[in-house]
Amino acid sequence: MVWNRKIAFINLSTGKVSQKLVSKTMRTLYLGGRGLNMHMLYTLLKPKTDPLGHENVLFVGAGLLGGIPCLGSGRCDIAAKSPLTGAVGDSNIGGFFAPELRFAGFDHLAITGKADKPVYLLIKNGEVEIKDASHLWGEDTFETQTVIKRDEDDQNIKSLVIGVAGENLVRFANVRTGMKNSAGRTGMGCVMGSKNLKAIAARGTVPLDFAYPDELLEYCKQMNNMITSTRWAKAQSRWGTMIIYSNTNTTGLIRTRNFQLNRLEEGEDLEPENIDRYSIGTSGCYGCAVHCRHRYVLREGPYAPLYGEGPEYTSLGAFGTMVDCKKMETILVANHLVNKYGVDTLETGGLIAWAMELYEKGILNDKMTDGLKLQWGDEEAVYEMIRKIAYRDGFGNTLADGFRGAIAKIGNGSEYYAIQIKGMSNLHSDERPTPSFALGIATSTRGADHLRSRPAIDLYGLPEDLLKEIYGGSVATDYNSYDGKSRMVWWQELLYAITDSIGTCKFQTVFCAVHAPKWKEFSKLIQLATGMKLSKAQLMDIGERIYTVERLFNLREGFSRKDDSLPERYFKEPTPIGLPAARNKKIDRKKFNKMLDEYYELHGWDNNGIPTMETLKKLHLDKEPSNLT
Amino acid sequence: MQKILAIDPEKCTGCRLCETACSIHNEKTCAPERARIHVTKWENEGIYIPMVCQQCDIPICETVCPMHAVKRDTDTQAVIIDEKLCVGCRLCVQFCPFGAIGVNDKTKTITKCDLCGGEPVCVKFCQPEALQYIDTITLNQRKRRAAAKKFSEYLKKMLITI
Repeated sequence: MVWNRKIAFINLSTGKVSQKLVSKTMRTLYLGGRGLNMHMLYTLLKPKTDPLGHENVLFVGAGLLGGIPCLGSGRCDIAAKSPLTGAVGDSNIGGFFAPELRFAGFDHLAITGKADKPVYLLIKNGEVEIKDASHLWGEDTFETQTVIKRDEDDQNIKSLVIGVAGENLVRFANVRTGMKNSAGRTGMGCVMGSKNLKAIAARGTVPLDFAYPDELLEYCKQMNNMITSTRWAKAQSRWGTMIIYSNTNTTGLIRTRNFQLNRLEEGEDLEPENIDRYSIGTSGCYGCAVHCRHRYVLREGPYAPLYGEGPEYTSLGAFGTMVDCKKMETILVANHLVNKYGVDTLETGGLIAWAMELYEKGILNDKMTDGLKLQWGDEEAVYEMIRKIAYRDGFGNTLADGFRGAIAKIGNGSEYYAIQIKGMSNLHSDERPTPSFALGIATSTRGADHLRSRPAIDLYGLPEDLLKEIYGGSVATDYNSYDGKSRMVWWQELLYAITDSIGTCKFQTVFCAVHAPKWKEFSKLIQLATGMKLSKAQLMDIGERIYTVERLFNLREGFSRKDDSLPERYFKEPTPIGLPAARNKKIDRKKFNKMLDEYYELHGWDNNGIPTMETLKKLHLDKEPSNLT
Repeated sequence: MQKILAIDPEKCTGCRLCETACSIHNEKTCAPERARIHVTKWENEGIYIPMVCQQCDIPICETVCPMHAVKRDTDTQAVIIDEKLCVGCRLCVQFCPFGAIGVNDKTKTITKCDLCGGEPVCVKFCQPEALQYIDTITLNQRKRRAAAKKFSEYLKKMLITI
């Protein structure tokens, strides 16, 4: 039963481990996964904690519904104070780790302190063991997992690992599991590296009981049918998230050459069907009927033979459009490299694209880049930069500190060209024609990010009555419009907070599909799995509570309304090309600010983005430790 | 027509829905270890092969069972174990070449795939149809057609050229 799953508190400095059950009250307030992680992050960390210090805590959390046979229930949430942004650090990872952690008897891990030598954690049927990882230090993310399985003589072990980038404290190093899955954002791999923690391995056979197993099984089947019947899931099953490229590149919603263009001309080779040249089939995370990633093989060329999984739409932009590389093969190689070294694909591509624009503008020169010519479309320069970043070699060392560190070092007006918010790079999407997307990346608690709120269905031009039915208020059909878009972002933020807390996949709720499972279905799944009865309104309150806790954390760290903004270029430079709906568009500052006001109001925060006392009381947050006065 | 639980590893995406659904259906709990079907993986090469009882014509489990507890279901032709006769010696577990017979870690009873009485739950959950409950004639027909497809395309091209 979910009720007998524990939290393990692990101190790597002292080697002490203690265990505690998750109380029912905490479950009803935060569910699990991201929700509980955020609660613990806010309550256990002191303000102004050094993200790389021993006092930062790394939280690993399986979702409340982790393990059920539907909706990709293998998601795991990893959190800490971010060494990249100084704000909420939080990243979600698929694969098979979270269910295995649950089968090992745990739902959450809270890892503090710092080991004096490289270690890994072995979590097995209720026991936590800290083991020597000296022989794993320096290994890539694939080999590390292979060696752990071999050492423990168990092929069913699932591990969260870091690569050399995490060891070298690259501020956007990720945490990985399997061949493909990465908790990419906010530098959680860097936090692991700072603790000398190379891996967390889990294996267990403790059954997970449900309140109503037969009914749950039947309902899960319905859920799988519900999601796989949507067009979006069908396209995903076939091509993965790369399918988005076909639409967005045609329209002109993809930033190209960093932020100079909004469409990749002659970008046909990046069309998703070209993955068929390399694909041997698709692959799914735990409990997923959609299976959105390709298993690809490069059989020819200097990097062959190479087996990899993915690539995501994100990598298509990171190593394709943003750096002006136009070959599918480049994406596959670069995707493999970032996975091997363990760095965030998006942040890496964003930084390289920025450096290329600086090089073009003369802000960077050969002397500063160790002689590397950072020219658009040069894939070898991209591969070399990925390696340099992961090893903090030469100019790579500058970029390895993320936008904030690199801007401080490079100066000379470089900040203007950086497409980042709160110190984190934005996706390769161009949000100038879509105010809803623009507001979402501005308000995201973890820095520029699409996965906190993206209402991708905004692009569908859905009828207003349907939008009203979904969002509970008036929302304009036109994606160029600012009307009602604050409501859209707010609603999606709450929904994704719940998705991340029950541990299911965002692509299997209202992301790109209208008729995907949402509040009602989540409510029923929770009831059948755990017996807890939570209405839609209660779930929305939980989502609000989680988002507000994240907000409180950021406010405590010194973030405020001024940080909920966009890079200046969004307001100043109109989009140069694309279809009429995407061409000659920029964000109107006045309208954007109005949207932000409305957005704060929907959350119950004041004009400065500070939660009102009334809101805090309503969410039972008024007694939480807060330095807000 | 006799149906079999046919496996197509090329279609398997490795999601383990079959294991999870099997364990919930048969054991009323989520414990893949107790499932009758298991996806065996070579993760670094992207190879996934679901392994389950093949319902052999000459079941080794039946041959080695000293209690004659291994029988065949007359409807589904599934090899089943009569719990009343089983003494838990686990000879079947040791001798099954597919690792398809398990022991419930709690009740210590022997578990194996019984084709869910003719409606295998794993098949219902397998979206990519890597698992099919299908008669051998249809299965072979489909396989022949898939294999011959390339040849047919070649012939079509030849005919048009001529």
